[in-house]
Amino acid sequence: MAEHAAGRTLAEKVWDEHVVTKGSDGAPDLLYIDLHLVHEVTSPQAFEGLRLAGRKLRRPDLTIATEDHNTPTLAIDKPIADPVSRTQIETLRANCAEFGVRLHPLGDAEQGIVHVVGPQLGLTQPGLTVVCGDSHTSTHGAFGALAMGIGTSEVEHVMATQTLSLKPFKTMAINVEGTLKPGVTSKDIILAVIAKIGTGGGQGYVLEYRGSAIRSLSMEARMTICNMSIEAGARAGMVAPDETTFAYLKGKPHAPQGADWDAAVEHWKSLVTDEDAVFDEEVFLDANELEPFVTWGTNPGQGVSLSESVPSPEDFGDENARAAAERALEYMDLQAGTPMKDIRVDTVFLGSCTNSRIEDLRIAADIIRGRQKDPNIRMMVVPGSARVRLEAEAEGLDRVFKDFGAEWRFAGCSMCLGMNPDQLEPGERCASTSNRNFEGRQGKGGRTHLVSPVVAAATAVRGTLSSPSDLDPLPGAAAGSTATAAA
Amino acid sequence: MEKITTHTGIGVPLRQSNVDTDQIIPAVYLKRITRTGFEDALFAGWRKNPEFILNQEPYSAGSVLVAGPDFGTGSSREHAVWALKDYGFRAVLSSRFADIFRGNSGKQGLVAAQVGQDDIELIWKVLEESPGTEVTVDLEARTVICGTVTAPFQIDDYTRWRLLEGLDDIGLTLRHEQDITAFEARRPGFKPTTLPARS
Repeated sequence: MAEHAAGRTLAEKVWDEHVVTKGSDGAPDLLYIDLHLVHEVTSPQAFEGLRLAGRKLRRPDLTIATEDHNTPTLAIDKPIADPVSRTQIETLRANCAEFGVRLHPLGDAEQGIVHVVGPQLGLTQPGLTVVCGDSHTSTHGAFGALAMGIGTSEVEHVMATQTLSLKPFKTMAINVEGTLKPGVTSKDIILAVIAKIGTGGGQGYVLEYRGSAIRSLSMEARMTICNMSIEAGARAGMVAPDETTFAYLKGKPHAPQGADWDAAVEHWKSLVTDEDAVFDEEVFLDANELEPFVTWGTNPGQGVSLSESVPSPEDFGDENARAAAERALEYMDLQAGTPMKDIRVDTVFLGSCTNSRIEDLRIAADIIRGRQKDPNIRMMVVPGSARVRLEAEAEGLDRVFKDFGAEWRFAGCSMCLGMNPDQLEPGERCASTSNRNFEGRQGKGGRTHLVSPVVAAATAVRGTLSSPSDLDPLPGAAAGSTATAAA
Repeated sequence: MEKITTHTGIGVPLRQSNVDTDQIIPAVYLKRITRTGFEDALFAGWRKNPEFILNQEPYSAGSVLVAGPDFGTGSSREHAVWALKDYGFRAVLSSRFADIFRGNSGKQGLVAAQVGQDDIELIWKVLEESPGTEVTVDLEARTVICGTVTAPFQIDDYTRWRLLEGLDDIGLTLRHEQDITAFEARRPGFKPTTLPARS
């Protein structure tokens, strides 16, 4: 990382611990990789590369695979209907068998979105370097790991060498102080951060989320924030590990045990930014002021508070931003000045590596329990992993969703990117708890508004983009009591 | 990887910022298990529009893409680079590239040349006023030339060296095999392993 005379940041400490060889004359450092997560989409060409070069996969014991992007969320006991998807899944199975990689296939209790599976197994731990051929690998930074998405050439490189050649990043502190209002969640924090620094603001940086508002978040809420670091252009985002982190990890299947646990925790406690460390950049956000945040455009930086209106292209000083806004409004079929809360949606998608964990499902279930779904809304609930689905069913959340009229699906990436049959129709408008509102991301011609699970649930009740405070109180309940505490 | 020192080809002005990798290649094309054959997938959504720049002569034969800021944002899919290369592109010019896309380009021999936005605007003007104008990307001199416009570009030294030499990353790293093995011997015992397989 950058040379500082003063103390080191969290990211710099983790980096320094993994340097195999230091680059000189502008050459990158060679960093050791502790954990390599693999899925079916970005790995086949990497395995093929190993085969063609006659190379072995160096550390199968630091590698784990699951099936998520292509997998159907209905009838998972049947063969996958799409032959191309089926081939890709079968290729992963054959490759994992050939190279000795542990795989959690469709139907397995640990199958699911790769960024949900790593943490729930306890494989994601503080101070690790974690990579995956998927940009949302930044999720794992919530544990104080240096975690980043890589391309397929790099996947092959890690398979062959268990290392990655990397140039040091710059560091950026995202300071979020204060207390979130009821109904405001970590999703709103990160959407506000992206709107503030832009989709390119984090390029070349590792972000460290700090401050009282971050400290008070659960692990799952921290994962939501780190997950979308890439949407601000940063390859990685981190939160320093603390008691919340340790409590989450304790007892997980792959968490250290006994004396190893004690040694690990002692080390993990050193993984904080030194008081005299200097960040290359600092950003400040007031948690007290935050409102539920939603996007109106076709990149994650095009967002506003739910209480605001669709902006006008004229609001943007920069010519490129203005042109982008014009184009986005046309694609999204929105008029400048329309209150966000007047926007009627067709579909609500609760899922994706951003917001499909058990807490997300609980938060949404708490809001819809006892209420009726807007009859014109289709709501899909896709747990992040088979384990999350089982947990939710044990708590009866599946019944809450089904009674409400939502579809209760099997685990996977699903409608976040529509590589499986879960796609929007052209022109269909979706309130989605996922991470990208790009043109066509959820299906050709589909229109995406990124929202928190809280807003997703309230929107499913009212049919228009809504927060719980817009809902009529349930009989016998005090007004506003449905607004869930900050997640 | 093939060595690249300089490339000259028709420039394609893409007046758009935030061209994310979902636009460069939609997810539906990621189901393939090959590393080549993605030319049909490049900008597949936009190419349905007859007015899209790559549907116009002579831009359709372009090999140097000149794009707005924040090119290649979003998904890490290296397929975006494969699709650009399979179509025939050898270089992309932008004032800002997403980190992962830039890295993937370097691995695959696509030159991601960072050119100041003012120069991008000048090049766009030339390419729009004189369609078919060629752009020369000179990696050795770190310069792009388009008509009367000559502009410097940035690319990091290490990537430039690898492109000029046509070097394979894995081969380079394996020169440090002993260092890797020594590092592994020093790793703390509490670090997790994924094996043995679950009980």
